[in-house]
Amino acid sequence: MSITELGRTDGGPAPGVGTDPAVRTEGLVKTFGEHRAVDGIDLNVRAGEIFGVLGPNGAGKTTTLRMLATLLKIDAGRAEIFGVDVAGNPHVIRQLVGVTGQYASVDENLTARENLWLFSRLQGIAAPRARRIAAELLGRFGLEEAADKAIAQFSGGMRRRLDLAASLITRPPLIFLDEPTTGLDPRTRGQMWDTIRGLVAQGCTVLLTTQYLDEADQLADRVAVIDHGRKVAEGTPDELKTAVGNSALQLLLADPDEVPAAVEVVRRVLGSEPVLSPERGRLNVALDQADLAGEVLIALRTAGVSISSVSVAKPSLDEVFLALTGHGTEEGR
Amino acid sequence: MTTTMAPAREVVRAADRVAAARRRVTVGETLGQTMTMAWRALKKMLRNPEQFFDVALQPILFTAMFAFIFGGAISGDVESYLPLMVPGILAQTVLTTCMATGTQLREDMEKGVFDRFKSLPIARIAPLAGPMVADLLRYTIAATLTFGMGLVMGYRPGGGAGGVLAAILLAIFTGWSLAWVFTWVGTIARSAQAVQGISMMILFPLTFLSNAFVPVETLPGWLAAFVRVNPVSHLVTAARDLANGALVSGEVAWTLLACLIVIAIFAPLSVRSYKRHM
Repeated sequence: MSITELGRTDGGPAPGVGTDPAVRTEGLVKTFGEHRAVDGIDLNVRAGEIFGVLGPNGAGKTTTLRMLATLLKIDAGRAEIFGVDVAGNPHVIRQLVGVTGQYASVDENLTARENLWLFSRLQGIAAPRARRIAAELLGRFGLEEAADKAIAQFSGGMRRRLDLAASLITRPPLIFLDEPTTGLDPRTRGQMWDTIRGLVAQGCTVLLTTQYLDEADQLADRVAVIDHGRKVAEGTPDELKTAVGNSALQLLLADPDEVPAAVEVVRRVLGSEPVLSPERGRLNVALDQADLAGEVLIALRTAGVSISSVSVAKPSLDEVFLALTGHGTEEGR
Repeated sequence: MTTTMAPAREVVRAADRVAAARRRVTVGETLGQTMTMAWRALKKMLRNPEQFFDVALQPILFTAMFAFIFGGAISGDVESYLPLMVPGILAQTVLTTCMATGTQLREDMEKGVFDRFKSLPIARIAPLAGPMVADLLRYTIAATLTFGMGLVMGYRPGGGAGGVLAAILLAIFTGWSLAWVFTWVGTIARSAQAVQGISMMILFPLTFLSNAFVPVETLPGWLAAFVRVNPVSHLVTAARDLANGALVSGEVAWTLLACLIVIAIFAPLSVRSYKRHM
């Protein structure tokens, strides 16, 4: 690594980042009966970046990904991948995109090695090379020991790893990951994050969906927030967090009637508006720094507002939604 | 997952990949992918041996049962009923076996792995045709056991080994062709249970409203008319001619023609409805 590369601390463009879009969609729509699952989404994913699609369950994240992966028909709008029209050239798109679904899409009846062999052979890779690729991927994803065991004995994390390995056989330039860490324990989750960063270092572009703000923050260069099939915000994780605050102070007042007094105190101390939660007597206060929590608590004490519980946490997806859309993730669903 | 330890690989270049991408699947690739899918189906079959229960039990059970129940009534005694009945059982067994093709395809399609098959740049027909190629093994077992059980019960086919072999091959080909009907049902039905239900409704009239177990002359005129056009009847007659007299009759040609028509209609229908599923 050269000195100039070491000196780059601002997370500037990774190798292979170009100005050409990897994915571009305009007014993408998918309807199931009366329900518009995806309702006019515009995305612009640059080559070489990790792009996160953040949203609650049922927001249309998976549906969007499935349309781009040619697994679902696009009802209206347009999608291009590396300049190739998705609806018009599904066979070409399938050669450019590796898809890892929310539920491991590997064959339960085969072993890990047989799975990788099957998907290699299907994609026209000659037998000796298919064997080599399978061995290499099993090694890279720490699955050598379990290579010849039935998938039924695999843990959730192992399945995900095998699933991701299967998506990388032909080293596709674009990789879709649908909620890659949902249901994984923290350690496996960290490993998955490292793997995803490794992909981008090799020149891949990654489009991932997630329900977790911290995952988007950890991984994504840019994030689109989706709700009810529409994009409600887009930006870098930092921009999103500025809108929401770096951490959130959650207060439950002993007496719900004191809410107006508490709001007044927060306004005076921070100069910002707290968000009232649907639960009576609960307030969420966005903080630029966690230390400010102390100031708010002292001011509340001085004002004689008593508190029954208090916590400081990273803003959750719910708070992002409260801040961006004015409603929580559960509302209207 | 020691990604950082992995040997350095050359950087993936999207523009090169777009340029190198193939525009469509060739016939050769389709065949190769179908055989790979057949390998997968065969592995699955061998790891779930209960899948062989129907093909093993049905010919043995039905041959014995039908011979003793209908033998006396239809042909006077069991032994003289066998030449009439064994080819009938052959047709029935093969048909039941190809019904399972549709049910199993449906079960398979509901699993995650089909998502990956759909996302791969492979011929859309390969995931459907692959299991059908593997099913040739099941047809062979079913057909061989039917004749084997007949022989044990005293059936002495007049067509000799060659005639019997020809009858078996014809039955296997018919089974494989008709399996496309059930594959199509598998791609349109909502669930595996629904496939089973619909398939039964197709299967029962086809096998029982045929000359498989009774001579057509004993049937009322309106029923005989249907029985005569039923492709299963053609298969049964052709198989009787082959097994009992080593006679390649016109019925063989009719059977083959009916099979080709079924494939020509239902293979494209299946692929179309499989594509629409996505």
